[in-house]
Order: sequence, then C-alpha cells, then structure tokens
Amino acid sequence: MSRKISVSATINGQENEFLCEPRQSLLEVLRDVLNLTGAKEGCNNGNCGACSVLLDGVLVNSCLVLGVEAQGRSITTVEGLAGDELHPLQRQFLENAALQCGICTPGFLVASKALLEKNPNPTEHEVRYFLAGNLCRCTGYDKIVKAVMAAAEEMRAKA
Amino acid sequence: MIETQEFKVIGTRPIRPDGIDKVTGRAQYGADIKLQGLLYGRVLRSPHAHARIRSVDVSAAEKLPGVKAVITGRDFPAASNETVHAGEGVVNFSYLSENLMAQTRALYHGHVVAAVAAVDVHIAEEALKLIKVDYEVLTPVLDVIEAMRDDSPVVLQEVRTDELGEKGTKPTNIASHGRHDLGDVDKAFANAAVIVEREFVTGTVHQGYIEPQNGTAISSMDGSITAWTSTQSAWDERREISEVLKVPLAMVRVIPMEIGGGFGGKLNAYLEPLAAALSRKAGHQPVKLTMSRDEVLKATGPTSASVMRVKMGADKSGRIIAAYAWMAYEAGAFPGSPIGAGAAVIFGPYRFENARIDYYDVIVNKPKAQAYRAPGGTNAAYAAEVVVNDLAEKLGIDPLEMRLKNGARQGDRRADGPTYGPIAYLETIEAIKVSAHYNSPKPAPSRLGNKVGRGVASGYWGNWDGRSSASAVINSDGRVSYLEGSTDIGGLRASLAMQLAETIGLKYEDIRPMMGDTQTVGFNDATGGSRSTYGSGMAAHRLGLKIIAEMQKHAAALWDVQPEQVNVKGDVYSCGEKAITFKELAGQLDETGGPISVSVSLDTKGALPTFATQVVDVEVDVETGKLQILRYTAAQDVGRAIHPSYVEGQIQGGVVQGLGWAMHEEYVYDKDGHLLNGSLLDYRMPTALDMPMIDTILVEVPNPNHPFGVKGVGEVPIVPPAGALANAIYDAIGVRMNVLPMNPRNVLKAIGTI
Ligand code: FES
Ligand code: FES
Repeated sequence: MSRKISVSATINGQENEFLCEPRQSLLEVLRDVLNLTGAKEGCNNGNCGACSVLLDGVLVNSCLVLGVEAQGRSITTVEGLAGDELHPLQRQFLENAALQCGICTPGFLVASKALLEKNPNPTEHEVRYFLAGNLCRCTGYDKIVKAVMAAAEEMRAKA
Repeated sequence: MIETQEFKVIGTRPIRPDGIDKVTGRAQYGADIKLQGLLYGRVLRSPHAHARIRSVDVSAAEKLPGVKAVITGRDFPAASNETVHAGEGVVNFSYLSENLMAQTRALYHGHVVAAVAAVDVHIAEEALKLIKVDYEVLTPVLDVIEAMRDDSPVVLQEVRTDELGEKGTKPTNIASHGRHDLGDVDKAFANAAVIVEREFVTGTVHQGYIEPQNGTAISSMDGSITAWTSTQSAWDERREISEVLKVPLAMVRVIPMEIGGGFGGKLNAYLEPLAAALSRKAGHQPVKLTMSRDEVLKATGPTSASVMRVKMGADKSGRIIAAYAWMAYEAGAFPGSPIGAGAAVIFGPYRFENARIDYYDVIVNKPKAQAYRAPGGTNAAYAAEVVVNDLAEKLGIDPLEMRLKNGARQGDRRADGPTYGPIAYLETIEAIKVSAHYNSPKPAPSRLGNKVGRGVASGYWGNWDGRSSASAVINSDGRVSYLEGSTDIGGLRASLAMQLAETIGLKYEDIRPMMGDTQTVGFNDATGGSRSTYGSGMAAHRLGLKIIAEMQKHAAALWDVQPEQVNVKGDVYSCGEKAITFKELAGQLDETGGPISVSVSLDTKGALPTFATQVVDVEVDVETGKLQILRYTAAQDVGRAIHPSYVEGQIQGGVVQGLGWAMHEEYVYDKDGHLLNGSLLDYRMPTALDMPMIDTILVEVPNPNHPFGVKGVGEVPIVPPAGALANAIYDAIGVRMNVLPMNPRNVLKAIGTI
C-alpha cells in the first residue's frame, strides 16, 4: 500500500482536507474518499466526460487528474451546482426531458456550465462542439442541446 | 372506445419524480453504493480468444496483504443444463455459469478466469498480476462464414446442430439452422418480372451504455445473498444467482439500483454472482465489483456480426411476390444470437404470399452476444430495406409508394408465422410522405464536390407484454405511495405514475412512485422488449381499479350503504346527494374500516408490434468517404404517448444509436482474436457534434388491448436508420452499400477509390 498524502482543496465552496494515495485519480478521491458520487466513471480514460468537474473554473475529466493535483485548488462538482434552488441548467434538463438514464447528466451539466460561463449565447453548433467530449447513449443529444440553449436564454434574461 | 378517451394526465409532460436526484448527483447508481466493511474486487480475464486452461495458481495472490478472497472456476459448482426464458431471450444456466467464470476453456479475449476481493481496488489489481494461469492456446474461430465450414476448428465440442428440429451428429459451430416457409417461393420467383439479390455483411457492435456493469453482494452466514446492481431485470438476476451459486431462490434478494443505460446489455448477470462468491469466501464481507470500459467492451454485450443474402422478386405492377433471406448471426462463445428476432424483423413490414427465411446461429470466439435494442433487427432491416429500394428503382416506383403498396396490414401473415392484428405501419409511411422534411428540397452540400442524398426506410419490432406486479398504500393526506417493480431506465416511474393517476382521478403529483426489489414487490419481468410502459402500465391501471374498489367500500361504510351504490367519477365518490373527494375520504380511512393497501400481479397479454418509417438527408464527401447527417425525421406508431417527451426521447436515442451502428461502430479484432478497440475513443459512438436534431412524428393509433392504448416504443426506432442511410448514400452517389459500418473506408471501397 502506498503512503497517503494530505491534500487541501476547496470543494464546492467548502475548505476540505483529505488523505489520498498518489495513484488515486481525482475522480476516485471524489467518489471513494469524499463520498461525492455525482461524478460518474464511464471510461476512466478521458473519453466519455461522465466524470467532468471544474478545476479552478476549467472543465476537466476528473479521471485524468490525480487527487494530489487538487492541492490548493478549487473544484466544482455537480453537487455544487444548486443552491437553495436548482441551477437553471438543472431545471431545464428536467423540463426538457434531457435525461433518460441520467448517468451522463452530471457530466453534461458541469460541461454546460463551463460553456455558458465562456459563451452565454452559444449557437446550436457551438453547444454541440463544446459538448462533444461528453457521451450520451440514451438521448441522441437532441433534448440535451435544447435544454442547454433554453438555460442559456433564461440566464441571459436574468443577467 | 379508447379513440375518444379524454385524459387529464396522460399526454402531459410532467417532471419525473427521480429527476431532482439525477440532476443534483444524489441518485444512487450501482457503482455508488457504500457498505460497512466493503471490499473491492477485480477480475482476471483471458488474454487469449481460445485456449485450454491447464491450471490456475492463485497462491501468491492469496498471500498479498489486503487480499481477502480469490475465486476461480473451482468455486463454481456445475450449473443445470436447463434453458429458460429470461429477459429478451433464453438463458442456459450451464453456459451462463461458464460465461461468468471459465472452467477448463477460455472462449474469448476477456473471458473471466479468476476474481479477487481486497481492501482496495489497487491491491485487487496487484493481486491479479500474481495469479498464474497455464494456457494452451488454440486457434480461434472469428468469422461467421469460416465458422460454418466443415473444416473449421470447433469452439464448443459438445454442440450439435439443431437442423430444422433434428439434432446433428458431429461437433460443429452451427448451433442451429431454422427455416420459415410461406407459400411456394421458387415458383413465385420464376414468375417475377424483376428480381434483386444482394449480400450484406455487418460488424459486431455494442450497446454502449455509459455506465459500466457493476455488482455488489453480501453472502451472509445464513447462506442468504443480497445483491445491489444496475440491472434491467432484478428477478432474472435473482434466478441466475440462485442457479449458479446453488442458493434457494427465496434466499437471494436483488436490489436494483439506478441504472446508467442497458439497451439489453444488462438483462443477465456478469458480476453479481462473482461478488457473492467472493463475499462467501471473504468472511461474509460485502464485495463490490465494477468493470472498466475495456472490460465492458471485451466481455459484455455485443450484438452479432452477420452475413445475410436477401432476394426479392416483384411483378410488373410493383407487388413483391417472392422473398428469400439467408441469415447467419454470430452468437459469440455460446449459442443464442438474436437470430430468431432478426428473422422476424427482416420481412416484418411487408406482405408476401411467398417467402422463405433460412437462419443460422453460429458460435465463434467472441463474447456471448446479448440483446441490443430490437435485438438482431437493425442489421436485418438494413439488408431488406436496401433491396426494397433497389427493386423500387428498377420498377420506376417511388420508395415510399413501394412500401405503401407492399406494406403489411391487419390480417397479413408474416413469413415467420404470426398473423398481424391491428397494426399501423402504413400510417407511418403516410406520415413521412406528408412531412415537412420529405416535402422540402434536399439541402445544398456544404462543400463543392460533396453530394447530398435522401433515403427512407422502415422497420418492424414485435414488442413484449410479460409479467408485472405493483402495490400501493393510500396515505391519510390522500396521496398514494406506489411501489412498482420494473426497472426505470428513462422515465418509467413518471409514465407509470401518470397511468395510475389517470385511473384513480388524482393529480400526477399525488402519486409517489418508488422502485421495489425482489423482496418488496411482486414478480416483474425485465425492462426490455419495450414492455414496461405497456405491461407495468397495465398493472398500474389494475392497481388503480383495486384502489377505487377499496375506496368505494370506505365511502359505503361512511354512508352506511352498499359499495355498489357508490358512484365514482374522477376523484369524487358519491351516493345520491352525498359526495366526498378521494382526498377527504383518505383522511377518514380509520373511521371507515382501517388502512388501505393493495397489490396486483399480472401476466399481461396483448402487446402489439410497432412500425417506424424514417427519412434522412446525408452529405457524402466523395474524396474522404465521410458522411454527415444533415436532417433526420422519424415517424413511429406509438399507440398512445403517455409522456410525449419520453416517447420522443426514445425515438431520438434509438435513431442515433442506429446511426452509430450504421456509420462508425464496429469491433476490430486482430487475427488472433484480440479486441483492438476496447475504448470509447476507438469504439466510436456518435457525439453531439455528429448529429443534427432528430425530428419525431408520433403517430398515435391506440392499442385496443391496453386500457390507455399503449404500444411499446423503445426499440423499433433503432431498426430503420442503417437502411435509410444506405438508401440516402445511394441517392447521393449511386452506390449501394452492402456493409456496416458505412465508415469512410467502406464508403471509399464501395465507390471504388480504394
Ligand atoms: S470517466 Fe472520465 S472521461 Fe470517462
Ligand atoms: S441519459 Fe443515459 S447516457 Fe445520457
């Protein structure tokens, strides 16, 4: 068993300290150490986006980041999207039936948040381009793209 | 008359009850489970596609600190050779057991030979490296046509061909040869004015659910087993665990977790019995097993590669008078490809007086083929739909007219036997014919030199009804706690709660649905075969009728009359001048006889087949062979759309899976049978960028056998896409494709550039 290292990071706005092995991925740390199982493992090698989180605001596949790399950084997971109310993306995903099995949904929500922070008014093509790293096998993407566009519109109206 | 039924809840689009948990990350999928003392397991898999296992030495692995148990074939007692119906096909427990854990032969690259449980997953992985397996490598059988030759090496020495019902005498890879015969096909071909005959080859594909298989289990000291898993069929899993580990059925409890996609690939057990066997050896601590993506692709799922020859003959008027199909499907390492379903699909949409179908189930050294959404249907329809278009062209008939002329209708007998009841295929053709898409000009190519084509195709799927149970409790606040037992993969809780609400006149929000397990609710068949909204919807309706009957008794007690004297309209119970709402009455249960709980168990009947017709516009880059889907419209007979958004979603998802199969997806093996593309980068499924919006047309022809007119909707949308796309490619560049996937290489080959 390899030696564990102490890491401190801000997770969903909260200071956090945890122990992890150098070989553990951030995804593994989130799920197994911190019990944040919202990020999913679909491939563990960067091909599906189910494990998407924001690392200092940048979209990453947490299966490709080591837990120790979180030291001193800020992480947002799907569990951190809602406040007292659902985030507009979350609500629009529900209203537009953008999830079927829902296993890809946390990844899509986090990725879509990253998109809308960069580009509050994306075209359909821009949405599809940005979300191409997230696989969904159930929906055919139609309703996901519509939900993201609807959330963007809602957020622009509020801004 | 269901045509004139008016609904309050059905046809609306409420938010699913499990929605908030799923968008906030709280929903518990199989891999998310945590239990006290949980151990983590890993599985050792054969690096060879075909080998004799001489010995497995686990002594070094067992000694590694942190390792709690190691299991091999020795831990699996011989299972019964019984074959039973399970999920969407049949299961032979002996082969199921051997597929879970190899005994003396490794039959495909990725076949399990041992498993380890340890305090963490990394230690389990280290332990795998310490297991020594002595293999005698054998020549693998990898191609369906090669496998059928007399001089081919044989995968399973005990197999004898079931040749039209007679057992063969010598070892073979052909597990069965079946035939359907209708009329006199030879005579009819002799009279045909036009005949088209083509051969098609399709690759092995995977369901591609995003959640890998998982299984967690405790084998308790009393011999009972509890398993938590993402499954389409908790009851089938329970039976499989019971049979494979020789534990009485009632001693096994399977608790279905949220499931991250299945599409037929999660109907049968892979890991749960291993987890239970490990737990038994590891001092009864719980063990969790999860697959990596590489394992998912190597060892689960795939659906059959196939070779098909289709011949059709028509008279001058365009009536198809004769049809013949020769179909061979790869079963993988054990008998049981979806060839039977494929043989039903291939001519499903058409009316012929003369047809013959010869179909073969062929064993090869690949993972055991599993159901995949309309199992065996997409490739079969691909072959038939290309031939139908070819015939239409030779006769100078529009492809939709050709289908209208030859389309199956009520009373027609299908080539494989059944006679159609009230079906609605022609309506889907008409829907495409008048669609905005079909009536707009083809889009211009995005680049000079590219070609744009439009294609149509149709598809049939049989649909299943099956057994469903449910129960309910009336709460004093007038809300109903509703326990159902069908796996919810994409909004089922909502669709069932809507049917219950409609039945008892309550609001959707007043029903609180929950998924039960094998111990908490009655028997349910799999969520598969497009059955759950149908069969479990029927159970919801029956449950509602029972609730009403109970409530009538309570109202009768309240007013001191007979239950029959109580009238029910929506949520109002009345007798003469007296009236009370469901909610008010629920508040007075204790005064009128006590609490109400009801349950039902049904063996439902009456599912009807459904049909789909689809149109696609594709842009072909003739230099690179790349395809771009420009526009897609899918029409489908949906019976009655309970929750239209979820019906649309099923269609859109099915179409895109079908397009993935048609354009990119394919297992690539080397000559020794090693899977070369065991990742989601190399097993190329469609991304958001590859697809346009998928427009849907819901044709609602209610099923008279169902209280709300439901027909299964989940599977048929995957049937037409490959055929539609091939026909669009032909329209664009004048080349008929005869191979799946139609990836750039195969398109260029068909054009003749490479
Ligand atoms: S699990 Fe990280 S990208 Fe798939
Ligand atoms: S909803 Fe199932 S993978 Fe996207």
